[in-house]
Amino acid sequence: MSIANVSLARRAWSIRRHALRMAEVQGQGYIGQALGAADLLAASYFHALNFHADDPDWEGRDRFLLSIGHYAIALYAALIEAGVLPEDEIGTYGMDDSRMPMSGMAAYTPGMEITGGSLGHGLGIAVGVGLALRAKKNPAFVYNMMSDGELGEGSTWEAAMAASHHCLGNLICLVDFNNQQADGHSKDMMSSEPVDQKFEAFGWYAQRVDGNDIKALTKAFDAAKTLKDDRPRVIICDTKMCKGVPFLEEREITHFVRVAPEEWASAIAHLDGEAPA
Amino acid sequence: MTLSRRKSKYEARVATGGPATSAMIASLEAEGYETVAAPFGHALVDIAKSNRKIVGLTADLSKYTDLHVFAEAFPDRFFQMGMAEQSMFSAAAGLAREGFKPFATTYAVFASRRAYDFICMAIAEEALPVKIVCALPGLTTGYGPSHQATEDLAIFRGLPNLTIIDPCDATEIAQATRAIAASPGPVYMRLLRGQVPDVLGPLGYQFQMGKAQFVRRGGDATVVAAGFMTMRALDAAKVLAAEAIEISVLHSPTIKPLDEKTILTAAANANLLVTAENHTIIGGLGEAVAGACMREGVHPRFRQIALPDEFLDAGALPTLHDQYRVSVKAMVEQIRGWLT
Ligand SMILES: Cc1ncc(C[n+]2csc(CCOP(=O)(O)OP(=O)(O)O)c2C)c(N)n1
Ligand SMILES: [Mg+2]
Repeated sequence: MSIANVSLARRAWSIRRHALRMAEVQGQGYIGQALGAADLLAASYFHALNFHADDPDWEGRDRFLLSIGHYAIALYAALIEAGVLPEDEIGTYGMDDSRMPMSGMAAYTPGMEITGGSLGHGLGIAVGVGLALRAKKNPAFVYNMMSDGELGEGSTWEAAMAASHHCLGNLICLVDFNNQQADGHSKDMMSSEPVDQKFEAFGWYAQRVDGNDIKALTKAFDAAKTLKDDRPRVIICDTKMCKGVPFLEEREITHFVRVAPEEWASAIAHLDGEAPA
Repeated sequence: MTLSRRKSKYEARVATGGPATSAMIASLEAEGYETVAAPFGHALVDIAKSNRKIVGLTADLSKYTDLHVFAEAFPDRFFQMGMAEQSMFSAAAGLAREGFKPFATTYAVFASRRAYDFICMAIAEEALPVKIVCALPGLTTGYGPSHQATEDLAIFRGLPNLTIIDPCDATEIAQATRAIAASPGPVYMRLLRGQVPDVLGPLGYQFQMGKAQFVRRGGDATVVAAGFMTMRALDAAKVLAAEAIEISVLHSPTIKPLDEKTILTAAANANLLVTAENHTIIGGLGEAVAGACMREGVHPRFRQIALPDEFLDAGALPTLHDQYRVSVKAMVEQIRGWLT
């Protein structure tokens, strides 16, 4: 749902900015992932998803499961931008008793549907939510946001098979393919290519897009939501870690991107110089 | 529709501020100790130089389990299995069947929770020499329950054939790595990684598989400890000594098979027997010691220092160690309280 008349580019820009401010508090965080996934989250929350900011448990909402607990910083940024979380809590990120711990947990945060982080859980839970929504005749969609690293877990493919077996046309899986895992580039860790063809072979409707191209993302979401058959849908999003902050994009990228204390301000200043309308 | 656990908790949360962090990688508070970098990785490289059967596997966590040191030294004997713990332990079993000695690493939660059945049937049931070496044991990360392996010992203690080691420090990790490489069966070893404090080295300690050893003597209470809780017990002993309370510390790194003989003798002679473990109060060292005492008719005054039977909070590690009563300060308070 589009809230107010703000461009998606502006939403993505704000998500990046919120995430940088959170990471600055801690001097660390999965900022490369948050910057890379900001466009995908902007398209999710401000184009695709149906939700009420003031009632994150509204029964009619589209469920958005964050399987990748370590991407919590990115989702907090989106939830702040969406008005689900208050912006003035940014300074509490990762602190004792904060509602925004480093790893996403359902018990801590309004709008955080599941406790992810033990990777490879989200898609299986999404299958159950999809079955439940259908049984309740609730027309909402369930989204599962996962990473390319999670393609290594067997549980992902067990769930993929279950989703198509049970004809879950109400399930939309988003894969943030940033070609990065803890030990190195995903393609060197455990080759999962061709990912789109694997999902197709499992009975899914698969699209693969540039995950930093907002137009391509909204088109893919539209196609996934309006498809007339009951195949589960996956959108594989090729993203660039650190997208939007050129001096970080150029850095040697790892699972953790090193940012010096004074660089947070320069990163935010860079964004401020490029604020879209 | 709304789960009660969710609401009650997040609405009550108010950040307390301060320089805290619930980050995954946090170092233990270990004031006054020298540290050693990646003791497991370096020891394994050293051993592998003369043992060609040793191979290494990881599930996308070599850098976080110090196995990258081995991977760099022996790239042909290292297998990156991707983030797929079940597949990794099955593959380790296959390598072991063919005569290799696989060291397979991940975080303790993912070995004990995700891969349990694979470890049970492919490795333990056949008593294959797979060495399962896991970082972030117990409460050694503030990241929350997804990464806090508070019940790994309970899970693995139920598994026949499996030897379980909870080393204290860098010295012991290096010594135990050598010992488990030489042992014929499957082993689960808890790992401290990165910069690891050296506590036992200066005491001239030598690890022996299956043996508990006194690392301090005192008559007021005997603390049986494992893992970094032995370091905590030694630190607490110093604080208590200043108050004229003298405690013994019996370090028992082999959780299974437990050195019942040494422990029972110590228990029979103890004024107060305390167990201290980096693990839930259920199913770990404390209950193993209590069970042995009960079975053998040894009945000391008994107290347990352990984590509560709860999913723990996310937060800064020092905060959590205080909150859950496994910091030095909390140990001192508990032991002092039991003695007065
Ligand atoms: C089941 C499981 N195994 C291992 C881990 C440890 N871990 C945390 S993030 C990560 C990398 C996974 O790949 P991906 O999510 O693609 O990483 P990123 O793109 O954020 O670098 C790993 C192995 C985990 N959280 N869960
Ligand atoms: Mg990735």
